[in-house]
Amino acid sequence: MSAAGAALEAAGAAAGAEAQASGEVQEPPAPALDAGAGYKMTAEGVSVLYSGKEAVRNVTMGFKERSVTALIGPSGCGKTTFLRCLNRMHDMTPGAVVTGRITLDGVDLYSRDVDPIYHRRKVGMVFQKPNPFPTMSVYDNVVAGLRLNGVRDRRALDEIAEDSLRMAFLWDEVSDSLSKPAVELSGGQQQRLCIARALAIQPEVLLMDEPASALDPIATQKIEEAIVDLKRELAVIIVTHNMQQAVRISDYTGFMYMGDLIEFRDTRKLFTDPRHRLTEQYVKGTFG
Amino acid sequence: MAVIALMVYELAMGSAPALAEYGLDFVVGTDWNAVEGRESFGVLPYLVGTLITAALAMAIGVPLSIGIAMFITDSPARIGRPLGFVVELLAAVPSVIYGLWGLYVFRGLFVEWVERPLHDALGADIWLFSAAPFGLDVLTASTVLAIMIVPTVSSVSREVMAAVPQQQREAAFMLGATRWEMFRLAIFPHSRTGLAGAAILGLGRAVGETMAVTMLIGNAKGASAIPSSLFSPSQTMSSIIANEFVEASPASLHLPALIGVGLVLLATAVSINIVAHLLVRRMRVPGGGA
Repeated sequence: MSAAGAALEAAGAAAGAEAQASGEVQEPPAPALDAGAGYKMTAEGVSVLYSGKEAVRNVTMGFKERSVTALIGPSGCGKTTFLRCLNRMHDMTPGAVVTGRITLDGVDLYSRDVDPIYHRRKVGMVFQKPNPFPTMSVYDNVVAGLRLNGVRDRRALDEIAEDSLRMAFLWDEVSDSLSKPAVELSGGQQQRLCIARALAIQPEVLLMDEPASALDPIATQKIEEAIVDLKRELAVIIVTHNMQQAVRISDYTGFMYMGDLIEFRDTRKLFTDPRHRLTEQYVKGTFG
Repeated sequence: MAVIALMVYELAMGSAPALAEYGLDFVVGTDWNAVEGRESFGVLPYLVGTLITAALAMAIGVPLSIGIAMFITDSPARIGRPLGFVVELLAAVPSVIYGLWGLYVFRGLFVEWVERPLHDALGADIWLFSAAPFGLDVLTASTVLAIMIVPTVSSVSREVMAAVPQQQREAAFMLGATRWEMFRLAIFPHSRTGLAGAAILGLGRAVGETMAVTMLIGNAKGASAIPSSLFSPSQTMSSIIANEFVEASPASLHLPALIGVGLVLLATAVSINIVAHLLVRRMRVPGGGA
C-alpha cells in the first residue's frame, strides 16, 4: 500500500519535472517575501474564490513604503480581484472567499480584531470609473471622508481639501469652482477628484484600479504625474492594462496570468530581462 | 386625462344641486345634517380628517417602509428575497380584511400598549394625547393605513436603492463608511427622487383608502369630526361617502352632497399628486440616475 503510494508520488514528481522542462504551463516560482525588507503591506499565499471558482491563486507579494507597485496582466487574470483584497472590498461581494494572510504594518487585516472600516481609512482606493458623489459639490466630495471621521472644523477641512486637491494635480483647475457640482467636471478631473477624495483621509497605502483606463492621454499624463508625486508620501499599488504606464511610473511590477502571480520584480528588470517565458511573451506583446 | 375630465364632469353634475344651495359653505362649512328639513352639508371636517390621517399614515409608514427596504437591500439575497416577497404579499390583503383585523385584533392591543400608556403619561400636559383612548380614532386608523402603504412604498424604494451603481457604494466604503454612512453618502442622495416617488404612491393610497379607515376611524359627523387629539374619532371624505351613500335619498340634497364630497376628494387627491410631482421634479439629481 505504502509502496504503491510512493510510486504514485514519484510518478507525479516526474510528470511535474517534465512539464517544467518542456516549458509548458509552468508552476510559478516558489513565492517568497524578503524578511528584512520592511514591507508596509504584505500578502502571503492569498487566494480568492468567487462562488467556488478560483480567481486568484496563492499570491505572495510585499509592498514597500514610498514606492509604486504595478500589477499587469491580461484581462481576467485576477489583478483587480487581488487588489480589492487589500482593503477588504470583497466583504461586500456575495460568494467571495479570501484565504491567506494580508498584513498592514505586520497586522493581519483579516484577523478578528481588525475593523474593516478603520482599515479602509488607512488604505484608500481609486476605482476604474470615476465615481464622485453626484449630488455633492467638488469641495464636499473631497471632504466627505473627513466629515465621516468627525472633522467639523471649517479651517482644517479647507486646508486638507486644498492639500489633497494639490496632490491630485487638480487644485489649479478647480480652485475657483469648489462649490460646483462634481459631475460638471470632465472625466479626467472627476478621476483626480476621486484621488483627492481618497487622499483627504490621509491613507498610508493607495490602491488604484486602472485609474486612467477611461481617460484620454492628457488626462492620463496628469494622473501619472500625480502618482509619481504621491510616492513621496505613501505606498501606491496600481493595476494597469497599460505596460508603458507601468514602466513610466512604477518601481516594482507584478505580472499575473490566470490567477497566478507569474513574476514580481523590479520594474526595469521585469521588462528588460523577464525570467519567465509567459512574462516575456506578454511584455513583448506576443499575447494579451 | 380625458377619463379624469369625464369624472369631474359627472361629479360636478351630480353634486350641482348641493353646490348651488350652499355655495362656498359646502367646502368650508362644518355642519353635517341629513335630517329632512334641517339639512346642512359642509365638507371641511372630512377634508381635515382626510389630510390628517393621510399625513400621519405617511409619517409612520414611509420611514418604516424605507427602513424595511434598506434592510432588504443590505441583506444577502437568501434573507432579502423572501422577506421582500412577504412584505409584497401584504399588498394582496384586501382592504376590508385590514379593517376587520384592525377592529378585532389590532385595536385592542393598540389601545392597551400604545394609546393608554401615552394618554396616562402625557395626556394631562399635551393636547395631542388628551382624549381618553377608545381605539376607534385617528391614530388607530392612521397606523393601520401606514401598514397598508408599506408594501408599495417599500418595494418601490427597494428597487430604487438597488439601482444605485455599485461604484457609489464602493466609493463610500472606500472612505471607511459604516453601512449606515454608506446609505447616507451614496444611496440616499442618489435615490432621493425615486424615494419621493415611492412616497407619492403611498400618499395616493393613504388619501383614497376607504374601507379600513371607515371601520376604524370612529365615524364622527360634522364639526366633531375635526379631531381634537390623536385619540379622537374623526371622518374622512371617503369614509363619509361609504357610510352614508346607501341611506341617502336621491330626492333630497343628501346624495348630491355626498357626490360633492367625492368631487372635493378627487380635487384633493389630484392636487396633492401634482404638488408632489413638482417637488420630485425639483429634487432631480443632475447627472445622477433614478
